[in-house]
Amino acid sequence: MHIPDGFISTGTAAATWLASAGSVGYAVRRVNRELSEKQIPLMGVTAAFVFAAQMMNFTVAGGTSGHLLGGALVAILLGPWAGMLVLTSVLAVQALIFQDGGLLALGANVFNMAVVGVLVGWGVYTTLRRLLADRTWAMMVSGFVAAWLSVFVASLVAAAELAISGTSPWLVALPAMGLVHVLIGIGEGLITVGVLALLQVARPDLLALRQPSNV
Amino acid sequence: MDKLRKYWWLIGLLLALGVAVLSPLASPHPDGLERVAEDEGFLNQAQDAPYQIIPDYSFPGIENEALATVVAGLVGTAFLFGLGYALAWLLRRRSERATGSPQHGTDAP
Repeated sequence: MHIPDGFISTGTAAATWLASAGSVGYAVRRVNRELSEKQIPLMGVTAAFVFAAQMMNFTVAGGTSGHLLGGALVAILLGPWAGMLVLTSVLAVQALIFQDGGLLALGANVFNMAVVGVLVGWGVYTTLRRLLADRTWAMMVSGFVAAWLSVFVASLVAAAELAISGTSPWLVALPAMGLVHVLIGIGEGLITVGVLALLQVARPDLLALRQPSNV
Repeated sequence: MDKLRKYWWLIGLLLALGVAVLSPLASPHPDGLERVAEDEGFLNQAQDAPYQIIPDYSFPGIENEALATVVAGLVGTAFLFGLGYALAWLLRRRSERATGSPQHGTDAP
């Protein structure tokens, strides 16, 4: 879902840059008070894993692929603020060094995936964890739904940016982006649940760092 | 077992590097946005980057395509580990300075 330069208008690029800068600035202030010592290497490992996983495109249907965005995963592992900073780092490195996603469009990409993706993932995950029983299956169900919705909502926001920019009409961009990301979101959910299950077996204490009750 | 617990992050990093090594196996199809751009006829509006360092996840100067992808993946994965670690370390140090004492001196068990 990395938007290249040329797809969005200067106005949309400027607005999303501002929104992303404000969100990341707020995340820096919030994360200051919340980082535990264990989270220092965890932030490094999470950033490394999300970057690598984003290279692993999986085929969804009809000659289309998708890859992990990681919004829900980083939020569950690190909380929304540290998660937002990790995903922003990944997107910035991809744009600046790997020429994946535009430079003017970096604000939009950070907004869609690191701000919207992380906050939707976090909101859905914490809400479902409160509603469901405190069991491992509930963690997995919550993780899957949070991951799926974070991708779906992010794709609609990206479609809105295309529509506002006049690149594609609303009635074309919204259903087209939404439909394909309904499928990509399933892959996102499966990978997210896979990582959570691996951690639950190997290092449940890392997951316990960010239980909703500790927020 | 104690050592394993202490160096868990190294195992995590190795797993991430392992994913990067497998990246030549990734699906070659266009991603969701690219597919929509192609179908709706605005893919040609995409502009090339003003400069290139490691374009298309292919490390420049390596002829073998799969190897170039693996090297690009390893470089990026290692770089992001360092960046994420450094960022967390800096933020934590800043918060310690701001409050005058470590807020989370020890991790809760």
